[in-house]
Amino acid sequence: MANIPLDMEQIARVKQYAGEIADQVQNLIQQNSSVCVERAILRLYGVDGVNESKTPLPNRLVEILQENGSLPSGVSRAFAAAMLESGRDPQTTAELIEQGKIDFGKTDTGKFSPGAIREKESELAKNAVDTLDKSRKNKKEKQEQFSVPPQPWRYMIVATGNIYEDRTQAAAAAMAGSDIIAVIRSTAQSLLDYVPYGATTEGFGGTFATQENFAIMRKALDKASEENKRYIRLVNYASGLCMAEIAACAAIEDLDMLLNDSMYGILFRDINMKRTFIDQYFSRLICSRAKIIINTGEDNYLTTFDAVESAYTVTASQLINEAMGKNALLTDDLLGLGHAFEINPKKENAFLMELAHAQLARQLFPDAPLKYMPPTKYKKTDIFYSHCMDTMFNLASVTTGQGIHLAGILTEAIHTPLMQDRFQALSGIDYVFNIAKDLGSEIEFKKEGVIAKRAQQVLNEAEAFLADLKEGGLMSGISAGKFADIKRTEEGGKGLTGVFEKDPAYSNPIMALLEEEGVIHD
Amino acid sequence: MTEELIKPYGDTLNDGIVQLTFTLPVENSPRAKKAAEAYVAQLNFENISVASAEKIAENFTMFVVYARAIPAIDYSEIEAVEVKTEFMDFYTINDLIKDKANRKLNVVGATIGTDAHTVGIDAIMNMKGYNMDYGLERYPEINALNMGAQVTSEDMMEKALEMEADAILVSQTVTQKDAHIRNFTEFMELLEAENIRHRFIVIAGGPRITNELAVELGYDAGFGPGTLPSHVASYIVNTHLKRKGK
Repeated sequence: MANIPLDMEQIARVKQYAGEIADQVQNLIQQNSSVCVERAILRLYGVDGVNESKTPLPNRLVEILQENGSLPSGVSRAFAAAMLESGRDPQTTAELIEQGKIDFGKTDTGKFSPGAIREKESELAKNAVDTLDKSRKNKKEKQEQFSVPPQPWRYMIVATGNIYEDRTQAAAAAMAGSDIIAVIRSTAQSLLDYVPYGATTEGFGGTFATQENFAIMRKALDKASEENKRYIRLVNYASGLCMAEIAACAAIEDLDMLLNDSMYGILFRDINMKRTFIDQYFSRLICSRAKIIINTGEDNYLTTFDAVESAYTVTASQLINEAMGKNALLTDDLLGLGHAFEINPKKENAFLMELAHAQLARQLFPDAPLKYMPPTKYKKTDIFYSHCMDTMFNLASVTTGQGIHLAGILTEAIHTPLMQDRFQALSGIDYVFNIAKDLGSEIEFKKEGVIAKRAQQVLNEAEAFLADLKEGGLMSGISAGKFADIKRTEEGGKGLTGVFEKDPAYSNPIMALLEEEGVIHD
Repeated sequence: MTEELIKPYGDTLNDGIVQLTFTLPVENSPRAKKAAEAYVAQLNFENISVASAEKIAENFTMFVVYARAIPAIDYSEIEAVEVKTEFMDFYTINDLIKDKANRKLNVVGATIGTDAHTVGIDAIMNMKGYNMDYGLERYPEINALNMGAQVTSEDMMEKALEMEADAILVSQTVTQKDAHIRNFTEFMELLEAENIRHRFIVIAGGPRITNELAVELGYDAGFGPGTLPSHVASYIVNTHLKRKGK
């Protein structure tokens, strides 16, 4: 692979800065929990379903604890006590609680010893972690059976709103050459403080992420993997108010990737930063154990702001996301750090700068499956011009060895893709990936050339930015609008009321077990 | 008016050449090609040539077809509602506001409804603008507020009243099953129900918007793909001054 000469000491320095920034946030995460984390615990304990008014049971149970003031101790101990009381399985126990047949939240009634409750909790937590292990093993088996295609993986979206229609579209996309299928979520979902239930056929600009929809699509892709003799990965979206819960659902249904990025939620969806940093940590611990690749949303900085001027914010955010990911036990192969091909095509030598940005990301994170986004901002309704832009994007991607290649679609600026649009996108990708397969290992970047200088400049800007950011901390940096000029305060945004400080009796035995056992190497 | 018949142009006047791309839900075969040809004939084409037929999925074939269109159209009878305004640059617009309006203009914009895409409204409003054309936030003579995405019609109206907006920019990017039409209509109906429609210049924007569609929905103007911030700013200042009789 061609290399831009970069100073290894400078790289070590920026990684150290990012690590310090991530560690500052870790203190907040250790002291607090959220309604989303508690609901995720319940889901991993085996609670699912909705009550008569369609409220998911995990939400209902956590609400009961909020109402009677016992949430600061967490849901785990209360649920373990309820299990002992009912003598039934987790789902039935949850239903009995919902029906008011079990007094939920009272653990000090003397009926059960603290030791017995703790033992029940350990059993539930062990089963939960077994579920995550099973997902990891299932995927590994299928990858060995069907073979894994080489990177860059071709990533294609489906977005009809109807999961059954999505299934047809996904099968067609797999046949046409996709390695990854993403089911775009209904646009409002990141702001819902619950995970909708069941199979859905109506959505807005996408299809709701529900556990049942995950299962339907996973089944369809297993069939497609078999037919196409290659493992087809399934992606969904966790960023938003349900990061940890969606990670739990995704692990249960063997998903391979999740969009999983607090920074994106804070900046672009105005989600409260405390809430989403807390949710993200547990969400990523789940991903680590179940081997779900996270995708981060740095590409969004460039759709909103200038891709040249703001390039350093992408690099800085990737470094912070890497550090936060490492704190949550994510290994390099699970870090789908995001970036994008979004420089104004009118700019002379824009392609050289794109190569510089893509190559810089490649060298900073040599073992991460980088998520590379196609042009969208300057896409035209002239589909022929747009197809040309995507061709150059494909070339940049294969030359710099990107990991997760989101297919650019020629009708991007017009409508959600038609079947034929996907086909054309994929044939363009196949063409370029084939004819330029080893270009990256044949070329060298000229010392002091445009590309090398540009990469160095972005790295210098990112270093200065991180050095400044670590002084005040990430949260005050975001409050001051240091990322993409967007200001979000620590107390502002959606979801803060769902954050609570853990009391001394708090327990989350799943988190404790995951942290204690660390990274699993199969 | 004299009749002015026109047809699509390939390389000779009135040759009527059109390229079509479409997919039929059948397996690729000589019969499928015949079906494509017959179908295009039904659309009123002749000299049909199926240039490409390719299997794109189980039971789906995509065609690229060239054909000569039979009908001609009388151009002299075609009318369109165009945004009638003189486009000016950043400096001229600011000078004009300063000289003639005697105060800054207030503009509020948002993507309404469930649409989470801010790319359109950002291109017009954000400081940095689009395609080397500054966004409205950079205009010293405009107070611009970008409310972002997923804003309810009610919130947007309240904000417009609160900041005494001169113009409201409503954006819709993702359109599934014509949700954009419903959202645009809902917002306009709300203004009318509150009897405050006349207070604002109301502008629709997005990739599927034409001025004609916007006017039909009760908006003052509509801006589609390729619109620059200075186009919108020119329209706002010109319309504002005209309404004030200046």
